[in-house]
Amino acid sequence: MTNPNNVSLNIHHELSFIDGHALNIPTLKILSETGDVYPGATVPNISQDTALRLYRTMRFIRMLDERMQAAQRQGRISFYMQCLGEEAAVTASAAALDDDDMIMAQYREQAALHYRGFRLDQFMNQMFSNELDLGKGRQMPIHYGSNELNYMTISSPLGTQIPQASGHAYGQKLKHIDEKTGELASEIDNVTICYFGEGAASEGDFHAGLNMAAVLKAPVIFFARNNGYAISTPADEQFAGDGIASRGVGYGIKTIRVDGADALAVFAATQAARDICVKTGEPVLIESIAYRLGAHSTSDDPSGYRSKEEEADHQLNCPIARFKKWLVAQNWLDEAQDDAEKETIREQILEAVKVAEKVEKPALESLISDVYDTPIPELSEQYEHLKAHILAHPDAYPTTAGRIK
Amino acid sequence: MAQMNMLQAINSALDISMSEHPNACIFGEDVGHFGGVFRATSGLQERYGRHRVFNTPLTEQGILGFANGLAAFGAPTIAEIQFADYIFPAFDQIVNETAKFRYRSGNEFNVGKLTIRTPYGGGIAGGLYHSQSPEAYFAHTPGIKIVVPRNPHQAKGLLRACIEDDNPVLFFEPKRLYRASIGEVPEGDYRIEIGTAEIVKEGKDVTLLAWGAQMEIIEQAAGLAEKEGISCEIIDLRSILPWDRDTLVSSVNKTGRLVISHEAPITNGFGAEIAATIQQHCFLHLESPILRVCGMDTPYPLALEKEYVPDALKVFAAIKQSVTF
Ligand SMILES: Cc1ncc(C[n+]2csc(CCOP(=O)(O)OP(=O)(O)O)c2C)c(N)n1
Repeated sequence: MTNPNNVSLNIHHELSFIDGHALNIPTLKILSETGDVYPGATVPNISQDTALRLYRTMRFIRMLDERMQAAQRQGRISFYMQCLGEEAAVTASAAALDDDDMIMAQYREQAALHYRGFRLDQFMNQMFSNELDLGKGRQMPIHYGSNELNYMTISSPLGTQIPQASGHAYGQKLKHIDEKTGELASEIDNVTICYFGEGAASEGDFHAGLNMAAVLKAPVIFFARNNGYAISTPADEQFAGDGIASRGVGYGIKTIRVDGADALAVFAATQAARDICVKTGEPVLIESIAYRLGAHSTSDDPSGYRSKEEEADHQLNCPIARFKKWLVAQNWLDEAQDDAEKETIREQILEAVKVAEKVEKPALESLISDVYDTPIPELSEQYEHLKAHILAHPDAYPTTAGRIK
Repeated sequence: MAQMNMLQAINSALDISMSEHPNACIFGEDVGHFGGVFRATSGLQERYGRHRVFNTPLTEQGILGFANGLAAFGAPTIAEIQFADYIFPAFDQIVNETAKFRYRSGNEFNVGKLTIRTPYGGGIAGGLYHSQSPEAYFAHTPGIKIVVPRNPHQAKGLLRACIEDDNPVLFFEPKRLYRASIGEVPEGDYRIEIGTAEIVKEGKDVTLLAWGAQMEIIEQAAGLAEKEGISCEIIDLRSILPWDRDTLVSSVNKTGRLVISHEAPITNGFGAEIAATIQQHCFLHLESPILRVCGMDTPYPLALEKEYVPDALKVFAAIKQSVTF
């Protein structure tokens, strides 16, 4: 008999409420702050190649973030967001996936994109909105996207990617469903991972997206980056209850909480989550607990809402240093070589900035392309009108006037 | 050809689309086994399986968010919002996501395979929250197409075109006509081009323009006018975005007069856009001011619906005002 209420009736006769914090969800931690594996902890199955690719990605993003933060202060780009403190959460989760799995990110996940192979020049072209930007210079800096690398273009409205990830994952599952039984007939090739912050988890789209995935059974990994703050709002003003993870349980989703500064814990959890998605076609929620070490964005000044002491406490907990210690202990990383590589990367970044800022802005036609698959007549007419106007006043529109054909 | 009502015509369009695309999906509230509250999806779950035709939880933003993701994956996606009045929880997913997916990504990704179906409009004693015509809100957003059929034949041909179109489309179905409108509909496949208006009847004194369920009203008004010797040209706009300016401009240049009628409130309704454009393009041909006969600027009422609606008599009065200006 199916129960139409879809609840288990565990009858008892004493009036009692379940406390909102009754679920005290544990946090998986494998590496200590000193980079040692905890006794009893299991190191996930990670190859040296993957571990080094992971490490190099984190290190590269840390350097890119520092440099672009500075570039913004110099007025060379309009905006930037770093992922300081969350490098392990983002990179290790991406590393546990197949490169063909779809990533649907919030905006602080540049490390996942770089892990996939997004090049330095591609980052720069987007940030400088030049004509080589895959997004054709239409969005603010850090709104990356790449079809080739299965990284869905970032959208500014928070949380919108969450129900989209459910739908996308459902699509990935469709071809593995048996026509007759409607059941999963084989393992799913690819899954979708969806990143979002604990702030975004308050949006309606979060609830809609998790519920849809749970009920419709979509192989999506919801990756909540609980980094303590949504701009200036601390987590305790964002939600009551036991974090974001407790909500996963409420929606009937398999859930785990991990130390987001521990690359091995994140890797292990994501690897296991992917396995569940692939085999059962169902979603998983991972809540990563880390601390947003940097400002929210270049438009933010955290000194207005948190103390230097609080920040200093967390500064000690560097996810990259922690993982590096483990790599060195494995004899997988040569520190001298690592330092030399850093120097080269620093130079490459400086050079890439100079190159990207000299590339021309997107052509005027890109103003009207991609609104529809082909411009509608009104749009073409508006464009002709604009062109004529610019040609009549070339001095007022110096970047485009000379390029109009 | 078969006799079909509008629901059967829609069902037929969906059926053809589902059989043509093995990964096409239809979903929304109650659309599964039950076939939707209006039964537009009857029998489809039986034919195409629970994984392709399914109920969703009751969450419009979830339905549209999910639909965006599925369409971005590449599967033909047909999402139903049970009543157009309830499309607003999904507003953000439509105007910020659906409509901008292609543009913001530089065409790295798009949701061109998405069609959103939703019943709209009054005349069913539905009151405030089962009668709205929200097309104008969406018509302000570049990146989506908006289509409204007036009868079963149009509904099937236009819906097929929407599903096959490479852009996301909002398809507003006039629910008052779901069962009331019956006509000849080919059983096989055919499509009606999006973005084209149809001259339903030629005339020489005044152009009447409407879409969807309001077409019936302007046709009645034209009948009243003809009895007084006024010859009306009747045009069905069919597509709100993009809309067929050329057909309307040449009609108005010929008749010199235009009366627009829609169910939605008059202020900022889509009629306002049409009036502004036509006065720009037909200024020297206009014999009288462009008139609009629309819903009042109130929520859609219940008890006084008859008084509120832009009925044939009101349109007829406007026609007379226009020709005697
Ligand atoms: C719908 C919406 N509301 C508000 C904003 C402005 N905004 C941008 S980021 C942000 C905070 C997000 O915090 P969180 O999700 O915790 O992510 P974090 O920045 O901590 O990584 C806000 C309010 C937005 N982009 N979208």
